[in-house]
Amino acid sequence: MSAHTLSGGFADAPIQSARAFRALLEAMARPGTIHAVTGAQPPAPLSVAAGVALLTLCDGTTPLHLAGTSDRPEVRDWLAFHIGAPLVGPQEAALALGRWEDLAPVNRFRIGLPDYPDRSATLIVEMDRLTNHGPALTGPGIETATWLNLPETAAFQANRALFPLGFDTIFTCGDRIAALPRSTRVEAV
Amino acid sequence: MTMSHDAQAYNFAYLDEQTKRMIRRAILKSLAVPGYQVPFASREMPMPYGWGTGGVQVTAACLVPEDRLKVIDQGADDTTNAVSIRKFFARTAQVATTERTQEATLIQTRHRIPETPLTEGQILVYQVPIPEPLRFLEPRETETRKMHELEEYGLMHVKLYEDIARHGQIATSYAYPVKVEGRYVMDPSPIPKFDNPKLGQSPAIQLFGAGREQRIYALPPFTDVVSLDFDDYPFASSKAPHDCDLCGARQSYLDEVITDDRGGRMFVCSDTDFCASRQAQGKVGRLGVGQAEGAK
Repeated sequence: MSAHTLSGGFADAPIQSARAFRALLEAMARPGTIHAVTGAQPPAPLSVAAGVALLTLCDGTTPLHLAGTSDRPEVRDWLAFHIGAPLVGPQEAALALGRWEDLAPVNRFRIGLPDYPDRSATLIVEMDRLTNHGPALTGPGIETATWLNLPETAAFQANRALFPLGFDTIFTCGDRIAALPRSTRVEAV
Repeated sequence: MTMSHDAQAYNFAYLDEQTKRMIRRAILKSLAVPGYQVPFASREMPMPYGWGTGGVQVTAACLVPEDRLKVIDQGADDTTNAVSIRKFFARTAQVATTERTQEATLIQTRHRIPETPLTEGQILVYQVPIPEPLRFLEPRETETRKMHELEEYGLMHVKLYEDIARHGQIATSYAYPVKVEGRYVMDPSPIPKFDNPKLGQSPAIQLFGAGREQRIYALPPFTDVVSLDFDDYPFASSKAPHDCDLCGARQSYLDEVITDDRGGRMFVCSDTDFCASRQAQGKVGRLGVGQAEGAK
């Protein structure tokens, strides 16, 4: 355990998590919009935004899956100290963290039950960049159409076809976040 | 850690952090499946069930220190419920409060949508007594859950049809059921059906909290919301066929006020902020007192 394990969490959790959630709320309510967040300094390779999302949403009651390079001792120690979420495989995860290629195939994640569609996974996808350029998004929360550089379109189209089942996605890059709920229709342009 | 104010007796916005995380996760899922009621572990609040404990918990999970909070009860800012919830958050979250709809960033409401159109930066939180639109038709939760799963909403149309058979029109005048994005039938809380057309394609985020029934649901901005009806009996919004007696507004939702025991009555806007700002602009209704005269 390194000294960094104990630092990098919220210094003033009630206020910082409130502001972070407000950004997540806006992101999920308005798919494709990009918001800045602050307050976490998680160990590499986690981005600030991924750390903020985990500190805001994840705790001992939410099983977490670490995919690919995010699954390393420094990250596990940091999560154990600040969040205390049980680390599990993709099938049991309420939240999953990793790069898109590490999370694939995404059909391993929970999509909810027909009578409880809320019991589905939320994927936190680390991105190299986040811009409003790429596949077109339409649906609830979007007035006409918007665009976001999704890592691919087919998986999100398949996920939309499951509606009201499906996973929900939060994209993180540096200190910025965007979200794509299962309700959004995705079209390659 | 900053210790603001005198010894802080409460966590920011009253609730503990673990509870807020649980509510926040439910809110995000409710936005992802518009109109679907997400169960959540509702907490006891320092007010009785039926006084907006669901709305208060959703508000507590969403508030940031920069917010300007407005609370209305049946459109009014100055009723007991509205005043006490506003004071509750002014004390536990130190947020600014307002009665002006345009100035508010977060509005908690009981049974009305403000007359002034909402904008992109605003969140509207509804207090919901019975979130299940099918509950009075089917008391068993196991059955209503199955009906939502199978999109089996025939019973609701039978209910509306029976209204027509008995009264010659759809007699449901509040908590009028809507269908969200062509999928879930949703109870918009007991707002008058006059307000139903404002539910859909709103630029604001709309969140619904039912404390006793432990449900949270949501309408993201720009969501399709259709009031249920029939081709030959289309949905019709309704209000008392009068103008406001104080400000003269013709298009606002009105309360009837009995003024004596000989049949005297007046109609006034239920939205007090809307009515007061119109009067401040010099608009006068049948019984209104002009600004110049009122200032005497």
